[in-house]
Amino acid sequence: MNKTYYLLAAYAVTWIIHIAYLGTIVRRYQRLQGEIKDLKKPGPRS
Amino acid sequence: MKKAFPILGVLTAILLIYALYQALVVAPTEKTMGDVQRIFYYHVPSAWTAFILFFINFGASVLYLIKRNPAADIVALVSAEVGVVFCTVVLITGPIWARPVWGIWWTWDMRLTSTLVLWLIYVSYLFLRRFSSSGETPALAAALAVLGALCVPFVYFSIWFFRTQHPQPVMGGGGSIDPRMLHVLLINWLAFSCFAFLVCWSRYRLESLQREVDHAHALQSLLDPRGSVR
Repeated sequence: MNKTYYLLAAYAVTWIIHIAYLGTIVRRYQRLQGEIKDLKKPGPRS
Repeated sequence: MKKAFPILGVLTAILLIYALYQALVVAPTEKTMGDVQRIFYYHVPSAWTAFILFFINFGASVLYLIKRNPAADIVALVSAEVGVVFCTVVLITGPIWARPVWGIWWTWDMRLTSTLVLWLIYVSYLFLRRFSSSGETPALAAALAVLGALCVPFVYFSIWFFRTQHPQPVMGGGGSIDPRMLHVLLINWLAFSCFAFLVCWSRYRLESLQREVDHAHALQSLLDPRGSVR
């Protein structure tokens, strides 16, 4: 296998890992926004 | 502070693109390894960034153990999480570099094995934080973080103490490097450090918000025990 493929693979994997992690942060943030919206809704009071 | 984030984000993106250009185009080609040696410009800065984040985790953990400061606990958690991401990059780019140069993906020598052990310690730290609901979890995790931080200098200097396949360290070791390569390496390290700082910042904000929401849920369940609380 051409050695350049290893270089491309290493750089690609690095960015895939970072982008995947950033994706988890965005997803957690969106879920939290949903929870905040639910908390702001007036709930039933006795 | 909120306005500074997008500006810093754009500046970091420009710096990362510039660092990539430096690594792929400007840096001289190494004589024996050829272009595959350019993995060095991602592998080494990722390792240094991971080590710095683990030291931040250590400092914040010690501060938490002394002062029980919740902000220090969040800093410890965030730095460990981002540090694990960078350490994962090191553990994956290393074998990709080793295969064409050494002819093997992995060898159980001291540098590689100790890096894997370090990664496992911080992964177990994150599992502890994620799955333990005890009130003492932050303190237990902080104690584990202190143990993990002790391994960082061992990983770095393991090349001095043991005969390994891995080359000597670039900084403070017996290795030498072309000044143009060192320049590109430092630019890449700066770029990855800025990127790590921004990721830690956004993760810190997310964790703070998560704790506020959890607190609000707890209060809601106290005020309205029959209400739907997750």
